[in-house]
Amino acid sequence: MTAFHSLLQALQQILSPHQLLHRDEELIPYECDGLSAYREKPMLVALPDRVEQVQAVLRLCAEHQTPVVARGAGTGLSGGALPNREGVLLSLARFNRILDIDPVARIARVQPGVRNLAISEAVAEYGLYYAPDPSSQIACTIGGNVAENSGGVHCLKYGLTVHNVLGVKLLTIDGELLEIGGAALDSAGYDLLALITGSEGMLGVIVEVTVKLLPKPLVTKVLLAAFDDVEAAGKSVSEIIAEGVIPGGLEMMDNMSIRAAEDFVHAGYPTDAAAILLCELDGTDAEVEAQMHIVQAVLKTRGATDVRLAADDAERMRFWSGRKNAFPAVGRISPDYYCMDGTIPRHALPQVLCGIADLSAQYELPVANVFHAGDGNMHPLILYDANIPGELERTEELGGRILELCVEVGGTITGEHGVGMEKIDQMCVQFASAELTQFHAVKAAFDPAGLLNPGKAVPTLHRCAEFGAMHVHHGALPHPELERF
Amino acid sequence: MSPAERFASRVADAYAAKQPLRIEGSGSKAFLGHPVDGMPLDTRELSGIVAYEPSELVITACGGTPLLELQQVLDERGQMLPFEPPLFSDQATLGGVLACGLSGPRRPYAGSARDLVLGTRIVNGKGELLRFGGQVMKNVAGYDISRLMIGAHGTLGVIAEASLKVLPRPEIERTLVLDMDASQAIEAMNRWAGQPIPLSAAMHDGDQLYLRLSGYASGVDAAIRRIGGEEFPESDGLWLAVREHQHPFFASRDDATALWRLSVPSTTPSLGLRGSTLIDWGGAQRWLETDLPADTVRAAVAKVGGHATLYWHGPLPASTPVFHPLAPTMERLHQALREAFDPAGILNPGRMTSKP
Ligand SMILES: Cc1cc2nc3c(=O)[nH]c(=O)nc-3n(C[C@H](O)[C@H](O)[C@H](O)COP(=O)(O)OP(=O)(O)OC[C@H]3O[C@@H](n4cnc5c(N)ncnc54)[C@H](O)[C@@H]3O)c2cc1C
Repeated sequence: MTAFHSLLQALQQILSPHQLLHRDEELIPYECDGLSAYREKPMLVALPDRVEQVQAVLRLCAEHQTPVVARGAGTGLSGGALPNREGVLLSLARFNRILDIDPVARIARVQPGVRNLAISEAVAEYGLYYAPDPSSQIACTIGGNVAENSGGVHCLKYGLTVHNVLGVKLLTIDGELLEIGGAALDSAGYDLLALITGSEGMLGVIVEVTVKLLPKPLVTKVLLAAFDDVEAAGKSVSEIIAEGVIPGGLEMMDNMSIRAAEDFVHAGYPTDAAAILLCELDGTDAEVEAQMHIVQAVLKTRGATDVRLAADDAERMRFWSGRKNAFPAVGRISPDYYCMDGTIPRHALPQVLCGIADLSAQYELPVANVFHAGDGNMHPLILYDANIPGELERTEELGGRILELCVEVGGTITGEHGVGMEKIDQMCVQFASAELTQFHAVKAAFDPAGLLNPGKAVPTLHRCAEFGAMHVHHGALPHPELERF
Repeated sequence: MSPAERFASRVADAYAAKQPLRIEGSGSKAFLGHPVDGMPLDTRELSGIVAYEPSELVITACGGTPLLELQQVLDERGQMLPFEPPLFSDQATLGGVLACGLSGPRRPYAGSARDLVLGTRIVNGKGELLRFGGQVMKNVAGYDISRLMIGAHGTLGVIAEASLKVLPRPEIERTLVLDMDASQAIEAMNRWAGQPIPLSAAMHDGDQLYLRLSGYASGVDAAIRRIGGEEFPESDGLWLAVREHQHPFFASRDDATALWRLSVPSTTPSLGLRGSTLIDWGGAQRWLETDLPADTVRAAVAKVGGHATLYWHGPLPASTPVFHPLAPTMERLHQALREAFDPAGILNPGRMTSKP
């Protein structure tokens, strides 16, 4: 009997037939996450719906030395949930129950497969909401959010997932249940909650999450400011913050994304603007008014050509819908697009935008820019056509160059989408060997056999050596021919 | 060699010699943990502000930088460390408060020390100088080792440098005082925290509830009208005293009672433990002065899903652990992590032990 059959038989003892997929056509829906350029079929897909089943699956996989890749909704953009050909894809999608809402303590206990937006919807009747709101919030799961430390348009003021989660229950690869954090604000021992958040399914499987809920602000207003110069828009961002205003959201889109979004959702964007800023201010009436004065003054001095205040909730939602649908909107104007996720210090925005424009011209691939400007998190979208031979490779190379540019100005290769499979080589640019070795040591403390999501998030030193060599070989690093920033 | 590299090389030497190190700054928080037997390693050699760009809302400073210096620099630009770090001495260092993971009254509303940390340079137990995180608000490249350092009491690495998110100082801060007992206060603290008002601290001293509001003058005024109660004139002084344990509640340091910090879910009703209690963090942090045995206190707190840290031993034997014991599986994982960072066990060995 092959290893596959022995594992399959053992799993059949734990899972019902509809919880265990192994036929080719059943596996196809799981072969990629939101980064569809990377595809792989898993050996098996397990769809447990009880914690004991997950525990048993993990124990069996540990016994059989079989890799396990956890998956939430599969909306990840870095190939984090990309299956392992010789492994089990462990879907947490059926864990979709909200276990407990405590409106007085302002916390909710939920299963990992609960969708991000479902939490806010369920607690809305108490005047509360869950703050981190990735654009994918109608689909992505809270387990995936914790694994990626996801952000949203309201991070600048309300924080990332790591700031809004109080506890998780985690299963180790040996099936041991760890209770990390809880309903109190801190716990004894090391801050394992911080370590687990953003660990990309490498350290354990999250089977329950306790989230913090916030009161909904009384008043929310959105300004849309148009600029005929991208740099002026970028400078306004720094200046608004320097003036002491922390907007609820501060987003920027360039002309290509403006036009794509306008065509798609008719948000009312000025299609001739070089860039727009969306600035959301929230609080009490008095607070919003005080901030509004400051922001409007900055926008005026910086030469905004048009500043519009959303007249009502409907218009406010419309303004946001353009931004929240920017990715699919760009998807309509290009056969394929590739989304980057670098984060840079805000003051470097104008400089990096120029650098991206130069690289875009050099690689002859259009780049649309959409980003969480308030926290310097950029999402350049590279437009390409996968059917043209070599274009994906060129796109990936351009993407890599953009990320290296972000690192050069003191930023990072990923602000919220994670390293996954996609940015594994750029990790070699951002970290030195001793740092990567430290990451591997942390991983080994949880998962000595390296069975959880193997090959993702942290490159081996060997891989980095090869990557470095490859780059020198192609003359792409250290780019002597190019202007440096 | 940079000063940080020189510092790291000393740890590397200790690693080669398997020489345990006692990591210390000014010693203002030396009481918080098991005494360490080792060669002193003074973090104040690495001192000073490395970078500060107010419009980026980020400050980077060396671990041995005095917090007072940091606060002064921020103050000049109208900014602050949102987690209101407790100093316990005017010599207190940044590295010390981060390693101890301490935060002041604003913590539930503006985030904790670990929430505000964006990146660090650390020296691990092999004497390697490593950089994690960065100076940007969002960064998910690699595991979040910077935040893991916060509250690790030096046992996973020495904090050589840290970048922290800072915030504009609120235009105004005012405090209201309302007469009520502890259970009413717990109810009120949680109720107000669920309302969209600019609450920035909530404390009950045994007799009265104090609520601090911070923000734009107009917003604070509106909240004050809504909540009612009396205005407390010495707002800044009150919260400073609570943060620094100079409030009269903390005055008696004698052999009769121990001082405990209880971290519990904010809605936990009064625990009914003998002694006196000051409730801070909107209900989530309770200071207890009691003559009860340690096991009684720890059992009561564990039952409600919290943990207890011993700040002052008082009548309890010196061997009573400062930190709450961990479950066996957790203890094993902690040990494995310690080995991952400090294979020779030279960084503050035994500092965090929860065994007598
Ligand atoms: C259109 C679009 C817009 C997006 N916008 C944003 C945005 O604004 N901000 C943002 O941060 N992200 C955004 N994303 C990325 C993505 O939605 C997030 O990363 C999200 O958190 C992934 O959740 P998921 O449930 O789909 O996880 P998956 O993609 O299924 O998995 C992501 C990673 O988490 C691991 N994982 C999943 N569940 C668990 C678990 N229970 N235990 C342990 N590990 C687990 C997986 O192994 C994988 O490594 C966007 C994606 C799309 C397609």
